[in-house]
Amino acid sequence: MNVLDFSLALFVTSLLAGFLGAMTGLGGGVVIVPALCLLFKVDLHYALGASLVSVIATSSGAAAAYVREGFSNIRIGMFLEVATTLGALLGAYLTAKVSGNWIGVIFGLVLLYSAWMSVHKLDDQPRSSKADALALRLNLRGSYPVNGGREEYVAEHVPAAFGIMFGAGTLSGLLGIGSGAVKVLAMDSAMKLPFKVSTTTSNFMIGVTAAASAGIYLSRGYILPSLSMPVMLGVLVGSLVGARVLAHTQVKTIRVAFVVVIVALGVEMIYNGITGRL
Amino acid sequence: MAQDREHGLEQAMGRMLQIGVTVAALVVLAGGILYLLQSGGSKPDYGHFVSASPAVTTVSGIVSGAMHMDARGVIGFGILLLIATPICRVIFGVVGFAMLRDRLYTAVSAAVLIILLYSFVARR
Repeated sequence: MNVLDFSLALFVTSLLAGFLGAMTGLGGGVVIVPALCLLFKVDLHYALGASLVSVIATSSGAAAAYVREGFSNIRIGMFLEVATTLGALLGAYLTAKVSGNWIGVIFGLVLLYSAWMSVHKLDDQPRSSKADALALRLNLRGSYPVNGGREEYVAEHVPAAFGIMFGAGTLSGLLGIGSGAVKVLAMDSAMKLPFKVSTTTSNFMIGVTAAASAGIYLSRGYILPSLSMPVMLGVLVGSLVGARVLAHTQVKTIRVAFVVVIVALGVEMIYNGITGRL
Repeated sequence: MAQDREHGLEQAMGRMLQIGVTVAALVVLAGGILYLLQSGGSKPDYGHFVSASPAVTTVSGIVSGAMHMDARGVIGFGILLLIATPICRVIFGVVGFAMLRDRLYTAVSAAVLIILLYSFVARR
């Protein structure tokens, strides 16, 4: 295959991944690594680098819109970024210590978890009536737009959320993904934030988390310009179009189709990891 | 009033992110076109990891490549701009919270910034 055909094939695949990722809210990054490894036979570490770059692009692009709409909570995001960036440093450090096969197995499990999370849709959790003292001291509160007005909220279970976020950061650095599904878990299930606040704040944090591993990836040579170029541009354009289309389409069938793809890729990553092919 | 100024910080961050991603993507696109024009023939072997040269692994190497209009250098420079975008967002946070006289969150933002900068200084 010559350079032009290969780059075009990568671009189209990434475009599709970005489009489906935005439509389903799962993010395109989660399928880029398995697609590059399994379909394009790219070395796992180069795949991690290209994926991480595309993750920074899409999350920053989407975050720009959400922050301005007033859904993201920048204090909660900034506070939890202390945990995710530290985790990302650990994760990126581990990519050189853990064998590719193990990374493949962990990746597969995260894919299956993401698929399960997207089917088992989270809803706004019931909140306890007693205000969390630590959250108040840290000013982890805010309000968000609801039917014209604004509704107030205060975070709960701050230490647990901080711990989960450290784990999310580690996975992000180890797997070159945004790990949005784990971040939402920390904010929705532990902190009991409104769902829309959790998802948009999670997105807001993904770029900074990924930037913490990017420096390490770059110095190790995981980020190849020629490979990252079509992947980043494809995912970015795909996700922008996906977000536009999302506003006026029913996504049930697309979601189901994408979940099937993710499960298949997850199973194959685990199989390839166990049989030592990564 | 405080709410207005906080809203201002959110708007500023949003605009900064948008500009950063757009500029980075355009630079990567320009480098990509250059790359496809410069390199003919069969694709490089991506199937095996080999340690890369400083031209793509260090900031100074990438910048000097971009100055010489080397395609990989230009793409790499676009990627550096992209990585710099969320880092700038954190710098906005440090300055913005300081202007809001929110000491706690000025310190929190500064801590995130130090971790980010550390990741670039600590090689490997």
